[in-house]
Amino acid sequence: MDAVKRYFRSPAAVIGLVLLLVVIAMAVGAGHLYPRDPLALAGRPLLWPFTNPRFPLGTDNSGRDIAAQIFYGARISLLIGGVATAIAVAIGTLIGAFAGYYGGWIDNVLMRITEAFQTLPNFVLLLVLVAVFGSTLTTVTIAIGVVSWPAPARLTRAEFLSLRNREFVQAGRTLGMKDLQLILGEILPNALPPVIVYASVVMALSILLESALAFLRLSDPNVASWGNLIGLGRDVLRVQWYVSAIPGIAILVTVLAVSLVGQGLNDALNPRLKSR
Amino acid sequence: MSEPPILVLDGFSVRLPMGADRPHALDDVSLSIASNEILCIVGESGSGKSMMANAIMRLLPNEVAIERGRMMFDGRDLCAADAAEMREVRGAGIAMIFQEPMTALNPLRTVGDQIAEMFGIHTDLSRAEIDARVLALLEDVRIPNPKLTAKAYPHELSGGQRQRAMIAMALALDPRLLIADEPTTALDVTTQAQILKLIRDLQQRKKTAVLFITHDFGVVAEIADREIVMQHGRIVEQGTADAVLSHPSHPYTRQLIAAVPPLKAPPPRPLSSENILTVADVSKTYRTGGFLGRGARVTAAVKNATLNLPKGATLGIVGESGSGKSTLARCIVRLIDPDAGAILLRDKDWAQMKRDDVRRETRHIQMVFQDPFASLNPRRKAAELVAQGPIVHGTPRAKAIAEARELFALVGLDPSAGDRFPHEFSGGQRQRIGLARALALKPDVLIADEPVSALDVSVQAQVLRLLGELRERLGLSIVFITHDLRVAAQVCDLVAVMKEGEIVEHGLVADVFGRPQHPYTKALIAAVPGGEFTAQHEAAVS
Amino acid sequence: MRILGLAGRRLAASIPTLFLILIGVFLLLQFAPGDTVDALMAQMGGGDAATARELRKFYGLDLSVPMQLANYLWRLVRLDLGFSAIYGKPVATVIMERLPPTILLMTASLSFAFFFGLVFGVIASRSVNKWPDTLISTLGLIFYATPSFWFGLMAIVVFSIYLQWLPAGGFEDIGEVRTGVFRVIDIARHLILPTLTLGLIFLAIYLRIMRASMLEVLNLDFVRTARAKGLDETRVVTGHVLRNALLPMVTLIGLQAGTMLGGSVVVESVFSLPGLGRLAYESVVQRDLNTLLGIVFVSALLVIVVNFIVDLLYARLDPRISAEG
Repeated sequence: MDAVKRYFRSPAAVIGLVLLLVVIAMAVGAGHLYPRDPLALAGRPLLWPFTNPRFPLGTDNSGRDIAAQIFYGARISLLIGGVATAIAVAIGTLIGAFAGYYGGWIDNVLMRITEAFQTLPNFVLLLVLVAVFGSTLTTVTIAIGVVSWPAPARLTRAEFLSLRNREFVQAGRTLGMKDLQLILGEILPNALPPVIVYASVVMALSILLESALAFLRLSDPNVASWGNLIGLGRDVLRVQWYVSAIPGIAILVTVLAVSLVGQGLNDALNPRLKSR
Repeated sequence: MSEPPILVLDGFSVRLPMGADRPHALDDVSLSIASNEILCIVGESGSGKSMMANAIMRLLPNEVAIERGRMMFDGRDLCAADAAEMREVRGAGIAMIFQEPMTALNPLRTVGDQIAEMFGIHTDLSRAEIDARVLALLEDVRIPNPKLTAKAYPHELSGGQRQRAMIAMALALDPRLLIADEPTTALDVTTQAQILKLIRDLQQRKKTAVLFITHDFGVVAEIADREIVMQHGRIVEQGTADAVLSHPSHPYTRQLIAAVPPLKAPPPRPLSSENILTVADVSKTYRTGGFLGRGARVTAAVKNATLNLPKGATLGIVGESGSGKSTLARCIVRLIDPDAGAILLRDKDWAQMKRDDVRRETRHIQMVFQDPFASLNPRRKAAELVAQGPIVHGTPRAKAIAEARELFALVGLDPSAGDRFPHEFSGGQRQRIGLARALALKPDVLIADEPVSALDVSVQAQVLRLLGELRERLGLSIVFITHDLRVAAQVCDLVAVMKEGEIVEHGLVADVFGRPQHPYTKALIAAVPGGEFTAQHEAAVS
Repeated sequence: MRILGLAGRRLAASIPTLFLILIGVFLLLQFAPGDTVDALMAQMGGGDAATARELRKFYGLDLSVPMQLANYLWRLVRLDLGFSAIYGKPVATVIMERLPPTILLMTASLSFAFFFGLVFGVIASRSVNKWPDTLISTLGLIFYATPSFWFGLMAIVVFSIYLQWLPAGGFEDIGEVRTGVFRVIDIARHLILPTLTLGLIFLAIYLRIMRASMLEVLNLDFVRTARAKGLDETRVVTGHVLRNALLPMVTLIGLQAGTMLGGSVVVESVFSLPGLGRLAYESVVQRDLNTLLGIVFVSALLVIVVNFIVDLLYARLDPRISAEG
C-alpha cells in the first residue's frame, strides 16, 4: 500500500514507531523482567541510579525499585491512554457524525452539549468527576475519555458537513440509499482518516492528563504509574531529584512517540502536502 | 510584422521534476509578440499554456526549472535576470491577471489598497497622487462607484467587478505587456463578454501587447490578432487568428476546432406527443440568517417553473450561475424538497412524495453530476460504484456486477477496468462511469447537471457523442442542464432559458436560438464569444 | 459596531451553555459520596446524627434535589455563590481572593506562548525543511510532549535549587513586605518559572499552528498576485501573508482558554501559587463541593469572556465576518 510506503519514508515517523514499540515492549515484558510486585519494598530507600547493579535506576523514598515501576508504569500509561482514546473517539465520532449529517435541531442540540463540555476547562471537569466517582483505575480512565470527546466530535462533524454535500453522496441518495447506509458506508470511510490521526493527539493528551492527576495524588495510588512516582519524588526534590526526573523522561518519550506516529500517519494519508 | 517585438521567446524549455507525466512542461517554444497586438495561446489542460505565463514572469514553482532558451524583453534576457531585476520588471514592465478573481485578491485588504500597492512598489508618488490615480484607474475599467469600490473588500464585489479591479491593478503602471491567464473562464458568459470587450478597448487605447491564454476558440475568434496552438508543451501551429481559424493546417488544431459545438442547431428531430415528465409551477425559496425572525435574507431560487419533457426528447435548461437551473434539477430528483408545485412522472407527483416512497421510486429518474472528481466515492472500485444502485434495489451482488461490466462496454470503457479506483481514470472516463451508474437502474428520465462543463473541449465532444448514441439506442429522455449555449444547441431538442429563478423563454431549440424573443435570451446569445467565428465555422461544416 | 453586535450575539448564545454546565455539574455532584456537612463534621471531629440533621437543615441540604437546584440558580442570578464550610467565608469572597494570581499567570503565559509561537512559527515556515525549521519543529514537539508539572519540578531543581536564581514557589516573598515597584518586581520574579512552565506546551501548539498556517497561506493565489506585482519576499510576508495566517491563531486562543485554565491547576500546585487552580484542587481534596461548584461557574465564565474578546479581535481582523448576518 502506498500509504505504508509513504509512512516509512519519513525518518521522524520511523523513530516514533520504534520508540512506541520499545514502550510497548517494556509494558509487555514487565512481568518477565520484574516478576515481583513493583510496589513492594525491594531495597534501601533513595539509592542513586547506577550505584547498585540490582537497581539500575535507583530506589524511591520507600525503597521500591524505580526501574520496575518504570516498566510497569508503561502498562498503565498505554492502557489508560488507549482505552480513554477509544472511548473519546467512539463517542465523539458518533455525535459528530449525526450532528454533521442531519444538521438542523439535532446539530444544534448536540453542538450545545459539545460546547458545554468545551467551555468548562477539561481538567476542572476531570477533578469534579474524580471528586464524585473516586480514583480507581476504571473511573479515571472513563473520566479522561468523557472529558476528551468534544474535539473528535467537532472534527468528525466538520468532515461530515463538508462530505455531506459532496456529489458522490448526493449520487448515493439518488440511487436510493438509506441515511444509515450513507453515513456508515459512504461518508464515514472518507471522514475517518483525519479522525484516526487526531486519535494520536487524544492519546498523547490522555497520557498527560492521567499523569497530572497521579501527580496530584488524585489517581489510583495502588498501581505503579509514572505520575505517582513523580509526585512521590517531589518530597525529595532537593537532593534525590532523579526520583521525579526519570519517570518524567519516560512520559516524554512515550508522548513524543505517539505524536510522531500520529504525524507520520497524517503525512502518509495526506500525500498532497509535499512542501512539508 | 510592422511593430518591433516586445517579447521574444527563443528555444525556450522548462523542465518538470522526475515522475511527472512528461519531461518538459514547455519544449523548445519560440514566439514573439509585438506591441499593440493581442496574441492568444490556445490549448487544453496540460498543454503548458499556464506554465508559459508563470515562466515569463519567472514565478515557477520550486520543482520546475527553466532548462534552456532565452526570453528577450526590453533588450535583456529575462532568463538571466536576477531577483531584483525581475522584481522591477514585474508589475511595471510585464503585468499579469489571473483566472480566479475571488482568490487572486487578498481578502483582508481593500481593493483600493491593493491597487495602490502597485504604485508604492515601483514609484515615489505621494499618497494623494496615488489615491487619485487609483480612482482614475477604476474609472478606466468602468467599475460603478469607483470611490466606494476602492474602499471595499474583495468579497463585497461581484466576480466581474473583481476582475475589473484586477485589470485596473495590472494596468496601473502602463506595462508594455499584459499576460492574461484565462481571466474570463470563471465568469458568467455575459460578464465574460463585457470583460473581453474591456480588455480589447484598453489594449487599443494604451497600445499594450496582450498575451491572452484560453482554452476557448470562441474567445480567440472574438479578440485575437494572432494565435498559437499548444499541445503537450509544444507549439503545433501559429499564425493570424483568421488564417488559423478558417484554414487550420495541423491535425490537432483541426480536431480542436471541430470539437467546438456551433451555435446553430442541427435539423430538429420528430418529437413524441406524450410527455414523460411534467414540472408544474415548482418553487423553492431559501431563508438564511436572521435573528429571532428578523433580518433574514430571502432568496427565491426557483419561481413557478413549468416544463414538459416529451418521451425520448432532450430538454435543455440554460442559464448563468445563480439562475436556479441546478436547484430546479435537484428539486426534480428530490435531493432538495420544493416548496410548491408538482412534478409528475409516471402518474405520480414527486413533489409531494414521502421520503421512503422517493427512495423506492428514484430508480426511474437518475442523475449525472458535473464534477468528475467529486461525483465518485474515491474508496470504491468502479464496478462497485455502478452496481450500487441495483444492489440497493434488490439485485443480487454478482448479477449487479456482471451487468455493471456490460454497462462499461456500453459507455465505451474497458469492462476489466471495473476493478480500478476512480483516481486511476481520467476526467472523461469518470464521467462515463457516472453515466453508467445512472443507466444501471434503467431510468425513464436522465437528468444531466452540467455533465461536460468540467471537461476539455475534445473530451467534451466525445462524451456528447456518447450521450447522443445512448439516447438513440436506449430511447432516453434527458433533461440537460448547461450554461454553454453551444452545447445546448447541439444536444437538445427543446430548450428553456432561466434567469434568476424564472423561465423566461422556452421552445424548440432552433426557434429559441434562431429567433430569440426575450431580451435576456438575446443578450445571452450575443454574449457567446466568437459569434462570427461560429457562423463561418457553420458555413464550413454545412 | 456590527462587530460588537455579532460578538454580543455569540455571548448571549453562551448563556444557555453556562446554565447547562452548572445544572449538569450540580446534578453530577449529587452523586458524590458525602456532602459539605460530612466534611464539616469530619473537621469538627465527629458529631451525632442530630447535629448532622440540624446542619443539613441550616445549609438547605435536606430539600429535594430540584428544590436545591432551583435555590442555587436563584442565588446565582444574584451572584451569591453560597458559603464555603471549609474556609468559613462566602464562596464568592474566597474565589475573588484567589483570582488575581491565576489571571496574572494566564495572561503572562498566553502572551509568552503566543508571541514566541508566532515568531518561531514564521521563522520555521520561511526555512521549510532546512535546519532552522527542523530544529524549531523538533524542539516544539519535545515541549509538547513534556508534562508541565514535571518541567516545573525540573525547572525548580535547576533554577531554584542549583542556580538559586529564582524562588521555588509562592506568589511573593512572605518574609519582607514590599510596596510599589519592588513588589511588582518581586511578584514578577516569582512568576517567571510558572509562566514558562504553563506557557511551554502552548508555545509548542502555537508554533505548530503558525507554521502550518503560514505554509498554507503561502500557497494561496493572492500571494502569487503579490509576487507578480514585484513585491519582495519580506513585504509579501508582512503585507499579505501574516495577517491571513494569524486568523487560525486567534481562534486558537479561544479554543485553548479552557485548557490553559486547567493547566494552571497543576502549575499552581507545583509552585504553591495561591490561585484559582489550586483552590479547585483543595476543594476536591477537602470535599468543599460548594466552592467547587463556584469554581466551575467562574471558570466557565472566564472561558466565555475570553472567547468574547477573541470574537471581537477576529472580526476586527477579518472583514468577511462582519458581512455575514
